Amino acid sequence: MSVKQPPSNPTQSSAALQSSFQTLLDNYQTTIPARVKLIDSFLLFIFLSGILQFAYRVLVTSYPFYAFAGGFGSTVGQFVLLAGLRAQVAPGRDGEFKEVSQERAFADFCAASVILHLFAFNFLG
Amino acid sequence: MAPKVKTPAATPSKNTPLSTPTPGKIASDILAEQATVVDNDPLPAATITPRVRKLAYPLPTHISPTTINNTESLLRFVILALICGAAIGSRLFAVIRFESVIHEFDPWFNFRASKVLVNEGFYEFWNWFDPTAWYPLGRTVGTTLYPGLMVTAGVIWHFLRLINMPVDIRNVCVMLAPGFAGLTAWTTYLFTTEMSTPSAGLLAAAFIGIAPGYISRSVAGSYDNEAIAIFLLMGAFYSWIKAMKTGSALWGMITAIFYGWMVAAWGGYVFITNMIPLHAFVLILMGRFNNRLYTAYSSWYVIGTISSMQVPFVEFLPIRTSEHMAALGVFGLLQLIAFVEIVRRLVPGKQFQLLLRAFVVLVFVVSFAALVVLTFSGWIAPFAGRFYSLWDTGYAKVHMPIIASVSEHQPTAWPSFFFDLEMLIFFFPAGVFWCFKELRDEQIFIIIYATLSAYFAGVMVRLMLVITPVVCVAAAIAFSKLLEAYIDPVIPESEEELEEATAHQPMSKAKAKKIAAAQQNKPEFNFTGILGGKGEKGIFGLDTRFAVVSVLSLFLFLFVYHCTWVTSSAYSSPSVVLASRNPDGSQNIIDDFREAYYWIRQNTEKDSVIMSWWDYGYQIAGMADRPTLVDNNTWNNTHIATVGKAMSSNEDIAYPILRKHDVDYILVIFGGLLGYSGDDINKFLWMVRIAQGEWPDEVQEVNYFTQRGEYAVDERATPTMKNSLMYKMSYYRFHELFGGHPAQDRVRGQTIPSTGIQLDTLDEAFTSENWIVRIYKVKKEDAIGRDLKAVTSFEGGKKLKKSATSSNNAIGGKKSRPNM
Repeated sequence: MSVKQPPSNPTQSSAALQSSFQTLLDNYQTTIPARVKLIDSFLLFIFLSGILQFAYRVLVTSYPFYAFAGGFGSTVGQFVLLAGLRAQVAPGRDGEFKEVSQERAFADFCAASVILHLFAFNFLG
Repeated sequence: MAPKVKTPAATPSKNTPLSTPTPGKIASDILAEQATVVDNDPLPAATITPRVRKLAYPLPTHISPTTINNTESLLRFVILALICGAAIGSRLFAVIRFESVIHEFDPWFNFRASKVLVNEGFYEFWNWFDPTAWYPLGRTVGTTLYPGLMVTAGVIWHFLRLINMPVDIRNVCVMLAPGFAGLTAWTTYLFTTEMSTPSAGLLAAAFIGIAPGYISRSVAGSYDNEAIAIFLLMGAFYSWIKAMKTGSALWGMITAIFYGWMVAAWGGYVFITNMIPLHAFVLILMGRFNNRLYTAYSSWYVIGTISSMQVPFVEFLPIRTSEHMAALGVFGLLQLIAFVEIVRRLVPGKQFQLLLRAFVVLVFVVSFAALVVLTFSGWIAPFAGRFYSLWDTGYAKVHMPIIASVSEHQPTAWPSFFFDLEMLIFFFPAGVFWCFKELRDEQIFIIIYATLSAYFAGVMVRLMLVITPVVCVAAAIAFSKLLEAYIDPVIPESEEELEEATAHQPMSKAKAKKIAAAQQNKPEFNFTGILGGKGEKGIFGLDTRFAVVSVLSLFLFLFVYHCTWVTSSAYSSPSVVLASRNPDGSQNIIDDFREAYYWIRQNTEKDSVIMSWWDYGYQIAGMADRPTLVDNNTWNNTHIATVGKAMSSNEDIAYPILRKHDVDYILVIFGGLLGYSGDDINKFLWMVRIAQGEWPDEVQEVNYFTQRGEYAVDERATPTMKNSLMYKMSYYRFHELFGGHPAQDRVRGQTIPSTGIQLDTLDEAFTSENWIVRIYKVKKEDAIGRDLKAVTSFEGGKKLKKSATSSNNAIGGKKSRPNM
């Protein structure tokens, strides 16, 4: 599958795209360990929750704006903290994280999430 | 083997941390490394001649590495404690010379708010509405201040009461700034240790402990936001560097907590909000993105933003104003890049390119469209005026004269840099150069911080405070490298000795160089060009060392001398109390301000309204405890312009304004008798300009200048000037002091005409001892309905002139004689 020249043929490019996707999915299934997949599923859930909240704000109302801000802020916050944790436990982490072990990473994640939700909760009222 | 291993021991942690990225290594590790480096060299031992390094001065050889480490730690601790002591001590001049009193203007408001906090509790403080400020509008204090400083003082006050050592709130407020200055010195030590060596850290702590640039805003008694803000700034930056180095979300959280506290404390937090994203952005551009940066930045941004939104004054600013958009933009960019990196690991190269292209195009289009829509619909506010004026320096004078009039907002003059920083400003570029040499991630931060703050410090005098920490850090790095180069006792081999040694041994030049480097263990200066070359580098003679080290020590002594002198003479004035010398040399305290404020407090009704220029509002509210019309908060430009118009108009125009606002007393500051140049006549033109901004038809600045364009208060003064309320109030009865001689205004250097000034609508109520503060009572309307001007004429014995206005002023309409 060579993509060196800009695709002049639309069907060729879309076919290339499709096969790239397929490779992506296959590699994902095979190379990623189970704990990272768990984190990924949680990430997906949070992402959907954030989208739902935003859609509600846009489509229905933004009336308790503080509530929306608190809720949306906590989804975004939890998402990135989780993404950071994923980076710290995924394979290939040892090169980058010399001073933080995986257990320490999890503890950091818990502490940071607690503080995040503390502030978000204070915001709701 | 013993000699070869011994000599590297003579140069422990001083050298290696300069060239390795982990400065925290203890000496024993380094020794072990050195020993192994030499021992692992795969050469037959028989052919190596052990080369003993020469030392310029002898070092003790029998001390174990652990003892060296422990002694170093103890020394560092003691030195840091002494530095904190020096930092606190050099800020106490005002307290010792005068008394423990709150200085200047803004701290009086902070003090009043802190008193409300500790006396009435947190909820009262948070929801405080003050009807006595900005009469009759009032001010919702709870949502329009930065509560960080007051809450910190309140916490300390409660803690001291808890441990049964109660300190009254005034002393807590006065001594808060020196205490936090000691903490700042400690944090700067930690910060610089991350950048360079612990020795540089100690130097940086010492520099920032006594540098006048920081002292000016943190003397004992200066109870202002910057007192804790610089500590929080350095704390936030230190935690950010640690977060970025370790990639730990815990450090990111600590950065966010410092940042949130700083948002609560000072409006200058926007600097951190833009520094950290800029640093992350530069690292991305340099290709140094890694997951540590991602974790650190993301955890800082989310927790920091949500904590900053807890402060009522800030609330939704982080998502609605342009100053915060950079942080959000970099946040989004980081998410994008992290996602792309993950996908890249899963997909082989060529296919990845295709996916990447499609994805990037999609995201770019969507986000750009969103940004355009939001900005055009006004949902994202443009730069606030006071930040915009930093880029466009002419903006404030035209559009926001109040901001332009503050003396701290003027551009910095060149001598200020030397005055505030002495030799540090010379070492500062050298330190930044050293950061370029190694170019680790954290040193890029120093470079960015230095560049940005150098620009801001040049634009506004007040922002000298922001450049002081980075100047101290960079100067310490440069100074420490210089000292270490000349203190290091190892004498390098000269070129002939090197070649001789290598000629004896049958090995390649490369291996010889490797041994030489390992044995030498010197800081690599890496000069190029004329200073480069194949020979070894270092200092040869003892005399050179002595000369340079003694000169550097002299620099340090002079620095301390200069800083102490500057602190003592320039930055330790409480502004509330002035001091001068009597002819016999004894100190003469000028306490006019407090005398006048306390006169008001004891001799006026509880709810009498005081009008003065906005500078004195906080002091009047704090010391005299009376409602004021305008104060230093300057949030309502029209109200200030109203006061300006009243001050600069004649009595006929000013009197209705005064009555409409229920003004009972007017307060002016007059320095003409004493030579106090910060008085209201000198500020008068700003009153005129601000009033002109609101009423350009009624108040024109040109009318207050003479024909030739001079600002005169003597007989050349224009009629508008002579009839203005401010002029009359300042010079009323001034000529009586001079007993027939011409009345001399010592500030303007002009002679005031001796024809008496007549005040129709005001009565002089109080004049302080040195005529600095003058208070006038506003007369109520006449009981029988006469025009007040007519009243004074009548009492002066003049015949009543029947003019159209006076006959119509009778209550109920016109006077008419009964028909005969």
